[in-house]
Formats: sequence, structure tokens, C-alpha cells
Amino acid sequence: MTAAQPSNFGSARKMLLWSGIAALCAWVLVPIYLVALGAFGGRSGVYQWPKSILPTGISLEPFLLFLRTEGVAGAFLNSLGAAAVTVVLSVLIGAPAGYALARYDFRGKDSFRLLVLLTRAFPLAILALPLTVSFIRIGLYDTVIGVGLVHTILALPFAALVTQGIFMGVPRELEEAAWVFGCSRPQAFFRIVAPLALPGLAATAVFAFVISWNEVFAASVLTVRNRTLTAYLLTVLSESPLHYRFAGGLLLILPSVIFIFAVRRYLFAIWGISSK
Amino acid sequence: MQNIKKTWIPYLLIAPSVIFLALLFLLPLIQTIWLAVSEGGAPSLANLRTMAGDLNFRLAIRNTFLLALAVVPVQIVIALAMGSMVAKVDGGRETILWVWTIPLGISDLAAGLLWLSILQNSGYLNSLLFSFGLIERQANWLSYQTPIALFFAIAVAEIWRGTAIVMVIIVAGLNQVPKEFREAAEVFGAGPWTRFFRITLPLIKPALQSALILRTVLAFEVFAVVYALGGTNMPVLVGEAYTWQNQNQNYGVAAAYAVLIMVISLAATLVYLKAVRVDPERLP
Repeated sequence: MTAAQPSNFGSARKMLLWSGIAALCAWVLVPIYLVALGAFGGRSGVYQWPKSILPTGISLEPFLLFLRTEGVAGAFLNSLGAAAVTVVLSVLIGAPAGYALARYDFRGKDSFRLLVLLTRAFPLAILALPLTVSFIRIGLYDTVIGVGLVHTILALPFAALVTQGIFMGVPRELEEAAWVFGCSRPQAFFRIVAPLALPGLAATAVFAFVISWNEVFAASVLTVRNRTLTAYLLTVLSESPLHYRFAGGLLLILPSVIFIFAVRRYLFAIWGISSK
Repeated sequence: MQNIKKTWIPYLLIAPSVIFLALLFLLPLIQTIWLAVSEGGAPSLANLRTMAGDLNFRLAIRNTFLLALAVVPVQIVIALAMGSMVAKVDGGRETILWVWTIPLGISDLAAGLLWLSILQNSGYLNSLLFSFGLIERQANWLSYQTPIALFFAIAVAEIWRGTAIVMVIIVAGLNQVPKEFREAAEVFGAGPWTRFFRITLPLIKPALQSALILRTVLAFEVFAVVYALGGTNMPVLVGEAYTWQNQNQNYGVAAAYAVLIMVISLAATLVYLKAVRVDPERLP
């Protein structure tokens, strides 16, 4: 009797723990499931009343119809383009800075770190407002490259701080050994450090992609004809039927969920680093 | 020779970032401020006056602040709960964490559209309430006639989306707390709540601080969720900036809003830096 007491108590606690976890998982997953029902349910699904949460009357047809709507495919490609620009620029510019922060002591290091950290206290996307004028002047307004440049401001500080952590994780001794064996500094970097840092760099790139893919404000302010997917959806929001909006939401969600799945192992390490 | 060469390397490496940040962060920052406080090239407070005199101005300020106040604490609490729960789990930990981080990859626009499918008139919330006999016909939650319901709808969508990032930062912080600290406290007879408030919470202060700063700055940027759920029924600061820029083509007033949002974000950051002071001596 007395022995059963603590174990009962323990299993009750365990039940509570697992129901809490299950409830929070459902809280995340159920809305995604429901918007998918909306996207595949079409016009008739939207006005069905009362709704059932079972997948009845769904087909791929409404979603494909949405994909064939004028502007959607172009916006999708523009989003991919802007994200590609963001990924390439933020890694190419951010990783060297991260390497410098990880390996060198130099005057102005603290000021540079402060500059990078300072960007965090600002709602960066809003800086797209004055950029409209300069971008019109230099021909970057309404271009995928222009949007990618602005998204790079969002991703660059993140990339610099994260790559700093990644390079600090590669033992300095390995690099020094390569110098001793006659590698030049660039050779040592590309043959020894880069391969070891590659998974982390790939994760950084994925985050840059997600940041750009999901950004709404700057993309909407800086484009007119060459809308990215978020900007396109925002501007047609008020005049498009509900099932189109749900299909748009689902299309926005899919790539980033896949990418987050791909880097799930690095998520916590990266945020541990970048929030230091 | 080697030494001279060496001192140049780090500057070469950070030069692209510095140039990039100068051109696309500092310069636009100055431009925004100048746009806000000038008129036709001369200093003027006209834009700020137009902004402050606008019908939606007070509403936008009130709504944005109330949203941040409602959303950020709830996110922190849910994230702490998630972190404490997952710490007790051995099997399936990775899967659970993955599910909880999914909203991290979802844009505010998509999150708004997601909750629209639940909260629209013939949506799932009304269906549920109907099947329980709580409502007789479709209730409207998202119109300008139901501002409180609309506010809660937007808050729920924001909490749904923004909790993931807080959770990731907090779990990353919790991972760095040595197990021995909690075990020692347990040996000395500290209960779970005491352990949480006396040991865990002080040790994850840095994580908590950066989560608070990040989330609060993002909360003042709230925009697409609001548009997806309520259109222009609930004015918020960034939404007003967007309207002045794109619909009214008045870049000056839009910039005035931008400056206001930046001042608020900076002030919030400073408050957190002061209030959640991190003592480096006491960190593990």
C-alpha cells in the first residue's frame, strides 16, 4: 500500500506531463491541418456549415487552380529569387565577419559587435520606407535584387553572430597545424575549417532563406509588379475569395516547414549562440 | 611583415559587413529620421503633426501597445512551460521540439490566414460553438463592430506564431544550465517551484533577456497578422505607416510613423537591459 502510493503519484504526474505536451502539440498542428482543409476544400468547402473537422470533400483541384491563378507562379518565383539573393549575400558577407570575430582580436572589434547587435533593437523592415526613394533612383525599385538586398539587412547580423559561434567551434589547433604543414591561410581555411563548419553554414543559409521567404512589409513596400509571394498575397487579400487565401497561406507555409525540419538539429545550438 | 599582414586581415573580413550595414542600415536610418522631421528639404514638424492629428493615430498606438502587453508575457509563460516539460522527457524529445518550433518558419501573414480559417464566419470555431449549442447562427468575430473579439483573435494568432522563437531561445538557455545545480538544490530539500524560481530562472536570465527584447521589438512591428484577420478594422502603427506610404503616397508621414516605432522599440530594449540585469559573475 505504502509502496504503491508514490508510484501512483508519479504516474499521475507523468499523465499530466504528457497531456500538457500533447495539448501544446495539438495547439501548433491543428490550425495547420485546418488551413490545409480550407486550401483543398475549394469554394464549397468554405461555405459548408457547420464544418466537420474530418477531411470530407477535399481534392487537389482547388489548390492547383490557385497555383494556376495569374500572378501566383511569378510571385512564387520572385520569392525564391529574393530568398536566393538573401542567402548568398548574407552568407558571403556575414561568414567572413563571423570568422574575424571568432579568430582575431582587433581594435574596433567591440564597436563592430555593437553595430551588429544594435540592428536588433530596430524594426529593420521599416527601413524599406526611405529606401523606396533611393531604389527608384538607382533602378532597384520593384526588382527581386532590391528586395533581396533589404532582406539581407535582416539576415546579415544573424549570419555574422551565428557563424562566429560556428567558427569558434572549430579548433584553432587544426588550422594552425595546416599552416605548419605548408598550407597558406586561405588554403587552410577552405581545406580544414570550411568542411568542418559546413553543416552550420548550411543551417545559417536555411535561416536566411526562411527570413526572406516570410518577410511581408519590406517586400510589399518595395515592389509593384514583381511582387514576392507575401507581397502578392497581402495586396490581393481583400479581393480574393477565402479558399484562395487559405491556399496562399498553405503555399507560404510549406517550404519553410520543410526547411525547419531539415535544420532541426541546429536550431537550439544556433539560437544558443545568437542570443548570447 | 607577417604581423603587419595579420593586422589587416580582420578589417578586410569585416569590411563588406560594415559597408553593407552603413549603406542599408545606418543611411536609411538617418534618411528616415530626416524624412520625418523635414518638409521640402527644410526642417519641419509638419509630418509629425499630421501623424499626431490623424484619426487612427491614438487607436494605432493603443492597439499596438495593448497587443504587445497581451502577447509577450503569455509567450514567455508558454515557452517556459514548454521548456520545463520537455526537460522531463527522455524519449521523443526531438520530435516534440520539432513540432513546437514549426511556427518559427511561418510568416505572420500565413499565421493570420491560418487563424482566419478557424475564426471566419463559417469557420471551425463557430462550427464548434454551434455543435455545442452555444450559438444559433454564425457569429462574427473579425469585424470592426467586434473590436474586442478581433483583438483577441489577433493576439491568439500572434501567440501561436511567436511563442516558438521564445521557446527556442529559452530551451537553448536551459540546455546550458548544469544539471548538478538543480540536483544539489533537490538534495537540500528545495521543491520544484523553489528550484524553478531560485535556480533555473536566474540562470537563464540572459536567454530570457534576449527573448524579451526580440519578441517585444517584433510585437511593435505587428502588421500582416492584423491585415490577414481584420483588414483595416484594427489600426496598428506599422499598418498606418504602410497605408501612408502605399495608399496616400506620403513618405514623410510614413517616415514619422517609422521613427515613432523605432523610438518605442529602442526604449523597450533599454528598459529590458536595465530591468533584467545580467550579472556575469553568477552565470554557470
